[in-house]
Amino acid sequence: MIPQQDSEFDSNCLKPYYGKLFPYADIFKWMSYGHDGKHPGCDQSYFGRREFSFTLNGDFYLRFQSYNNALELEKAIKEKCPLKIDIGPVHTVDPAKRHAYAQSDNNVFTPVERELIFDIDMTDYDDVRYCCKGADVCLDCWPLMTIVIKVIDTSLRDDFGFKHILWVYSGRRGVHCWVCDGKARRLTNEQRASVADYFRVYKGNENSHKKVSLMGAALHPFLATSYTNVLKDYFEKVLLTRQNLLATEERYEKILSMIPDESIASELRGKWQDSRRSSSAKEDINIVRREQCKQLLQSGKHKSQGLRRCVEEIVFCYTYPRLDMEVSKHMNHLLKAPFCVHPKTGRVCVPIDPNRCDEFDPTTVPTVFQLLEELNNEGLRADVNGERSGTSLGNSVTLFRSSFLEPLQKGSKEEIERSYNLKLQQSKNSIGW
Amino acid sequence: MEVVRPQSHRNLFSSNDAVSAPTIPLYRSAPPLEVRLEDFESFAIDRLRVLKGISDGLSRGKKPDEMEKLVKDLWKMNMRHQHASEVLNKDIISHFVLRLVYCRTEDLRKWFLSMECALFRYRFRFLTTEAQRAIMDEFDLTCKAVNNVEFESIKEKLGQVARSMGQPSPTVDAIFYKVPFEEVPELVARRQVFISQGYAYVAMNQVVSLVATLFRSQLSKTLVLTNRKWTSSIREQEKHRLTPIVEALSSSYLGPDFSQPREYAEISLKDIDQVAKSSFPLCMRHLFDKLKEDHHLKHGGRMQLGLFLKGVGLNLDDALAFWRAEFSKKVGLEKFEKEYSYNIRHNYGKEGKRTDYTPYSCSKVISSTPGAGDHHGCPYRHFSEENLRAALSRMGVNSRAMEDVMDKVRNRHYQLACTLTFEALHGVQCDAGINHPNQYFSDSQKILQPKKDSAA
Repeated sequence: MIPQQDSEFDSNCLKPYYGKLFPYADIFKWMSYGHDGKHPGCDQSYFGRREFSFTLNGDFYLRFQSYNNALELEKAIKEKCPLKIDIGPVHTVDPAKRHAYAQSDNNVFTPVERELIFDIDMTDYDDVRYCCKGADVCLDCWPLMTIVIKVIDTSLRDDFGFKHILWVYSGRRGVHCWVCDGKARRLTNEQRASVADYFRVYKGNENSHKKVSLMGAALHPFLATSYTNVLKDYFEKVLLTRQNLLATEERYEKILSMIPDESIASELRGKWQDSRRSSSAKEDINIVRREQCKQLLQSGKHKSQGLRRCVEEIVFCYTYPRLDMEVSKHMNHLLKAPFCVHPKTGRVCVPIDPNRCDEFDPTTVPTVFQLLEELNNEGLRADVNGERSGTSLGNSVTLFRSSFLEPLQKGSKEEIERSYNLKLQQSKNSIGW
Repeated sequence: MEVVRPQSHRNLFSSNDAVSAPTIPLYRSAPPLEVRLEDFESFAIDRLRVLKGISDGLSRGKKPDEMEKLVKDLWKMNMRHQHASEVLNKDIISHFVLRLVYCRTEDLRKWFLSMECALFRYRFRFLTTEAQRAIMDEFDLTCKAVNNVEFESIKEKLGQVARSMGQPSPTVDAIFYKVPFEEVPELVARRQVFISQGYAYVAMNQVVSLVATLFRSQLSKTLVLTNRKWTSSIREQEKHRLTPIVEALSSSYLGPDFSQPREYAEISLKDIDQVAKSSFPLCMRHLFDKLKEDHHLKHGGRMQLGLFLKGVGLNLDDALAFWRAEFSKKVGLEKFEKEYSYNIRHNYGKEGKRTDYTPYSCSKVISSTPGAGDHHGCPYRHFSEENLRAALSRMGVNSRAMEDVMDKVRNRHYQLACTLTFEALHGVQCDAGINHPNQYFSDSQKILQPKKDSAA
């Protein structure tokens, strides 16, 4: 369990963190998307039209903050020492000047670009995890987040063709995803909603038994691939035993209630009620029971419509990603910036490498206190990256740069050049001597 | 579009292409054509027959392949022109005239929009692939047909998607289109397409939906604009020329109007009670029964039943005798002569401006709104379920048919409900459906009369 340290958390920790560790230049480079003024096609106003918002001590909330360059951003953060920094969309005009434009009838102040974002919170899985509840996470339930990353990242790349994807630990109990391709940033609300709905399977609340319903003679390729490559194994080899999904009556009743055929459910119930004696302590009771359940459902003896997909439905119910639809659907939704410090846990919101996400351990993510101590111990050893590289944060920043920022910048610049050349071509054509 | 007198007929729009490469015009703007006044009306009526035919087919629950055939036949039958090059012009002109007619109220717009979209959809399917591509380009859809090689490589996935929707796997000759996923958000949201590397692979019927949706939204917007223009300028400007035509067109019933009663339908006074039981549709049966019961009917009921009886073949003298017999029981002979007989003669065209009124069609009956004390209108629409069941069982409808009828009523298909009633009572299929109370009557008599003759 991650310890709660609210009482110790205040600007005393944040000041040095913002003073020496927060990666301003990297955030600026990211948010500039190549518009650094070095190419004639660069839009000098781009960064200045990005909305930031700060949550200050005492629940003060500053919206529509904007800055013209990295220096201004850095200055503002160091000065205000926000508990949380949120990033919003790029607007038509500088957010700080929005009122000047709102006077005119045209309503010129509106979002024009925004990363496609996803927010996954462990509390949405409370009905299928027994190790923790609410704000806590541990290594027994964290695999659910690993599943999210594997399934969604694969689909974003293979199905949607996106390339520049950043996964970030939310600091406490979930993960965030930022899809930064130009195509993604320019999606309309309707298109964002369609991507979110494409990913949506789980449709339930406390009142419904069957929250996953997989109709049709076959599964959509996306669901089939996710099941075969990720969900099945994680269910059978990790969650089943770690969460003891079938070990007690309360827990197995939950699964039995998802079987539409009462005769099968009672047959299984009969078997399991009897075997309270630890049969052969050799095999895990969850695995034994799962086998029995699977066999009955797939035996073909009881042939009814609802059973066809029952095995898969149960797996989906316990493993498939549960996204917060609202976050993804609207361009103006704010999301916490990477490298912020989570006020309740003190942990830094570090990036997660999707290729190695099964190695990620939320319980060992550096906390701000830990980092400050490291800073003190290391002494003032400066190098090209400042003092950061001596700390545990160094690796995270390196990861951010090498796997995300550098490819992104390369891609962004290519895009700027391409559209610049296109514009030149078009204006040449229209002159047409 | 300029409407001119019969003589001049100059055609500014080159339609040679239309014959060699048939396509569907998108009706984006009124073309610079000159139209003869008589064509203005007749083209519109022809197109209206097509649209009403589609409406009929749809409300009967015809299956897609039946609808396809129906649309083909309707179009062929009504939208031809003696000069092949004029076919496209007729298409365009008739659409624009009907736009004027059907832009004027919310209900009219809704109906017109639905029928034009259905028409578009079915016509689109008949086009060649190139013509379809051309239309998709008009809508800025960057669809590209998937070639065989690519199709082979993704065939299995396409099959999975199809089967996940309860459809069969695509065959070798199935056409798929590759579209950036952003252009088909609905299909993506419902996982009804295979997506790969940012492209959605859209099946033929899905593309049709896509194009139809775009067509629909375009037409919907322009209808509202047309209405504004109509109310602000056109209606007044064309007060003496086009406006009367436009206003008449929307309420036109396109079948026989029963103003000339057929021979075999002629009935006399002594037959009325008998034929009322056997051959009146429920709406008229109800009025008839109420008249017998109360010896009175309010104006709406008198009109609806009176004109119906005229269409059925009751001559003026018999009509006067009929109404007199009933009304005098309540209001007395003198009052009847003074207050009611005039109207009956009026209905037969013997008074006032001598218009020979035509019996009401179903759509007219259905659209009337009976108030307190009224018994006209369509019972399938206005009766409570309880009362309707009772009335139908009094007519002799069996319980199984009753359920089918009630089902149609619940879905607001009043004419279909009446058709089912007819079928249940006469033991035959009524393929043409009931569109006019007098049609119900004459069809019923056609079935019952031969038996009578043979018996005699």
